[in-house]
This record gives sequence, C-alpha cells and structure tokens, in this order.
Amino acid sequence: MLQSHQLTFAYSPTKRFAFPDIRCNDSEAVLILGKSGTGKTTLLHLLALLLRPEKGSVTIDQTDLTQLPPAKTATFRAAHVGIIYQKPHFVSALSVMDNLLLANYLAKNPQDKTRARELATHLGFADHLNKKTHQMSQGEQQRVSIARAVMNKPGVILADEPTSSLDDVNCARVVALLREQSEQIGASLIVVTHDQRLKDEFSKQVIL
Amino acid sequence: MNLFKISWANLKDKPLSSFLSGLLMTLGITIISLLLLLNKQLDEQFSRNVKGIDMVLGAKGSPLQLILSSIYQIDSPTGNIPLEEAERLTRNPMIKTAIPLSMGDSYKTFRIVGTNKKYVDHFEATVGQGALFQKDLEVTIGARVAEIAGLKLGDTFSGSHGLDGNGEAHAETKYKVVGIFNPSNSVIDQLILTPLSSVWAIHEHHEEHEHDGEEHAEEDHDHEAEAPREITSMLVKFRNPMGMMVARGINDNSKLLAALPAIEINRLFDLLGIGVDTLRGLAVAIMLIAGISVFVSLYNSLKERKYEMALMLSMGAGRTQLFGMLLLEGLTLSLIGFVVGLVLSRVGLLLFSMRAERNFHYSLNNMSILPEEWLVLGVAVLIGIVAAALPALGIYRMNISQTLAEE
Repeated sequence: MLQSHQLTFAYSPTKRFAFPDIRCNDSEAVLILGKSGTGKTTLLHLLALLLRPEKGSVTIDQTDLTQLPPAKTATFRAAHVGIIYQKPHFVSALSVMDNLLLANYLAKNPQDKTRARELATHLGFADHLNKKTHQMSQGEQQRVSIARAVMNKPGVILADEPTSSLDDVNCARVVALLREQSEQIGASLIVVTHDQRLKDEFSKQVIL
Repeated sequence: MNLFKISWANLKDKPLSSFLSGLLMTLGITIISLLLLLNKQLDEQFSRNVKGIDMVLGAKGSPLQLILSSIYQIDSPTGNIPLEEAERLTRNPMIKTAIPLSMGDSYKTFRIVGTNKKYVDHFEATVGQGALFQKDLEVTIGARVAEIAGLKLGDTFSGSHGLDGNGEAHAETKYKVVGIFNPSNSVIDQLILTPLSSVWAIHEHHEEHEHDGEEHAEEDHDHEAEAPREITSMLVKFRNPMGMMVARGINDNSKLLAALPAIEINRLFDLLGIGVDTLRGLAVAIMLIAGISVFVSLYNSLKERKYEMALMLSMGAGRTQLFGMLLLEGLTLSLIGFVVGLVLSRVGLLLFSMRAERNFHYSLNNMSILPEEWLVLGVAVLIGIVAAALPALGIYRMNISQTLAEE
C-alpha cells in the first residue's frame, strides 16, 4: 500500500509543485494523468524517494520513506518498489536474463532464474533471454522492464509513461500485462502518464 | 550475477577500446619486464665469471677489451705478451694466484684456450666424462661445446686460426678430446681447454710448414732456441686489496697492461645503463599512456552509461558498490596487461637468448618472476586504479533523479 500526504517540491523558488494526496491499496491501480510540465515525473520520483520532498510524507507499507536515513532508502526502494521508466533502459553490456537477475542482486535477494524464466515466458520474450536488450523491439524491451520491476515481488510498482513510445497494439498489451503482474503479486500499481489511451483502462484516476 | 561479471561484460562490450588499453599496458609491462630480466641475467653471468679475478694482465690496448676477451671470451684478444715477463711481474707477495691463458684458435666458433689446471679449479668446474687434459694436444671440452659441436670422448679435430670459425685450419695437427666438463654455468661451458704447451706446439708446427725445405732445419732450430714463449693474458687473484698497487706499478713501469675487472665492468654497465634507463623511461611512458587510455575510454563509456548507473542506483546499488565496479574494470585491464606482459617478456627473452647463444655462446634462461616484477605489478595496478577512479568518482556526485529524468 502507498499513501502520500501533502507532498510539495521546489526546483527553484519560482518552479514549485504541490501534489494532491494519493492513496493506492494493495492490488489496486491508480492512473495519474497530466500534461507535460505538470510535474508527473517529479511526483513519481518523490513517491520512489529518488527525490526528497520539501514537505509532506510518503508511506509505503507502514514505513514513512521521508523518515528513513538516506543510506536506508536505497535498500528499502530495492526491496519494496519496482520502477518502470518511460524509455526502457538496461545495463547494455548484460543479457536480458542478467538484467533481470540484476534486480535480485542489487536488492541482495537470491538470484531466481526460475522466476526470471517464468516471467519471460508469461510476458512473451522467453526466446530472447540470452540476447542483449538493444537487439529487441521497443515493445519487447518495455515488457522486459515490467519483468524486472516485479522480480523482487515489490509492494509498489511505479510506472513513468510506460506506453508513450509504443504503438496501440503494444500499448494495450503492456498495460494489460502490467496490471496482471501487479495484481498477481498484490502490489499497488501507480501509472503516471499523459497518454490518453490509458484513460479507459483505470477506474481510479488522479488528474494533475 | 555479481560486480565482477558486470565489469567483465562492460569490458567485453567495448572490445576495441578495452583491447587498446590492455595492449598499451601489456606493451609497457613487457618492455620493463624484459629489461629487468636481461639486466639481471647479464649481471649474473658477468659477475659469476668475474668472481675471484682481481686483475687481468695482458698486452697494452683497451682494458675493457682485455677483460671481455680474457674473462668472458667475447671479444678479440689484445695481442700476446712474453710468458717470462708475465711470470716475473706476477712473482709478487701480493699476488695469490696467476693463471696463464693463451688463445687465438677455435673449433666451430668455440674458443680453444691454452691454460692449466688452476683455470679449471678457479671456476670450480668438474670433469664429467674422461679426464682433464695432461699432454700436448689433449683437450677437455665444455658441456655446451660437446652438445653443439657434437664432440665425444676420443674424437679428434683440428682447430682453425682465428676466433670466428672462418680461419685457416691447422690441418696437420689434431686435438684429441680426453674429457668433457660437467655444466658449470660459467664461461668454461663454452670453451675447449688444452695445456698451454699445446698452443705453442700447434703454432710452431704450423710455422715450420710455411718455410722452404732447405732453410727448414736451421730456422726451426733458431726458433726453438730463441723465440720467447708467449701467452695472451694472465688472470690474477690478489692476496689482499693492497694488490691494487701492483696493478698501478705494472701500468706505470712495464709494457704490459693490468686491467681491473671490477672497474671496467662497472664502466661497461654504466654505458649500457644509459640505454637501459632510456628504454625503461619509455616503458614507463607507455604504461602511463595505457593509464590515460583506460581513463579516456572509461570516461567516455561512463558518459554513455550515465543512465545505466542512475538506473542501478535506483535499483538499490550503493554508490561505493558501483565505484568499485568501475575500479574493477581498470584493475582487470592492468592485471591482464601484467600477466600477458610477463608471458611476452619471457618469450622475448627466449628469442634474445637464442640469438645470444648463437653469437656469443651465452645462454639466458632464468624465467622465474623477479622481485622487481612485483613492484611493476604494483605500479600497473596503481595506474589502472587511478585511471579508473578519476572518472568513476562522478558516481558520488550523480543526481539520480535528474539523470533518470533527462531522457
């Protein structure tokens, strides 16, 4: 479960953001819609505590992230939050399989090849596990990002414009898989986007 | 999956720039290693043979030449000196032993040296097969001579005039192999030893044939009676360091030359040293360039991989962890360079040794790792780490959120 309370952030005195409170229960999905420049990515980074808010709090599974010492936030994030970025990015020197295992390794969890293979089969890229990520299409890459985000079975999945660079077919497939995977592990799914195609897919929406 | 695997994958992902950095590192280490090896082995060979010889007495000329020819058997002799005068000069309480040497002939480029048992004792050589030479024209040969020239006990051969193997052969008189020395790793290994009187006998015999038949008897008679016995040089050991005074006395008051090996060899190594120092400087420069190459390629790839780093940080990696991963890339290149460099320098030494053996009958084949090479390893590791650390420090300044949002 994720809950934010009166989050504000300022890049400079003139460029400041105040965000509406967000609440997302386990196995629930929330869509945050906003045009560009409304601080979508900033909000997502605040929720993942990649940025420290000026004021307010973010609570994930009863832990207030803003109260954690900086050294612990990375560990906490690795264990409890899976993030999917707008453009799928990977460690390009590593194979698809190793990129998935990297999520386990960096979170100091046992490296679960079986889970990686299961996810790959389910998300439809099992044939590509030994390839480098740049040899795959955008849609395939985004599906690998989803698999990587759920490798550690996090309580919260944050997706930043996961569909903006995909065509309609891939867009629908990625959203469906994203919802399915987060429900399967009982995670709270928060999708931040300006992509109007997603409007009808989510019942719970927040407009920035 | 671990940090080392990621480092290695990153190096493999940029094969050309990794190869260039590794190659430069390898080259620098190869040169330094080779220099160290050559220096050490030459030094060892030189000092082993010079051990216990305090002075060399010979004809006037270059003292270095006298020493190279008489001790190391690698340069032409300076000329002959009368045995009588040499013996008179060395009949001195300061002098412990004086070993006469006479040379000028060779067999298949191996030198035939007339001397006595003291020479053999000096190098602590032992006879492996047969016996030590006793009579004229008997020879005892070094282990390498036996091996390369293919001489066995009981074989006979005729020496040729000069030391290069192209001289006129003394066909009429034949030496007989009566013994073969055990390998002693000294100059004896590549010599053919015979009694002093053999050398005189050969050359008298030889001269005889150059004269016409009529005058033959008379000339020969004169020769026998009047020609003073000559030798090439004398190796001298002093009783105590005050013997140096003897050398000065000989140089000032006689027609002979007394050369001091300790001084001449130092002079030789000083001369060589300039070349060695220059090459060493060059090798260090190459290693530094290798460091710069590691720096540049890591710096560039880090710019490209900035997002990757931010991604890994967002996935729970520690900054120090990633810093260590990048250091590992520089360190791996250094270590590869060190190992390959070490192997290549041994190959180089082997090639050099083969040439030296052919030309000078000297073999250099100690392939063990020198203590100085651990120092080279230290320097290589340091260069690799520093070159990687400079760009990698950027990890600590990286703003994760900003980097992730940029693209």
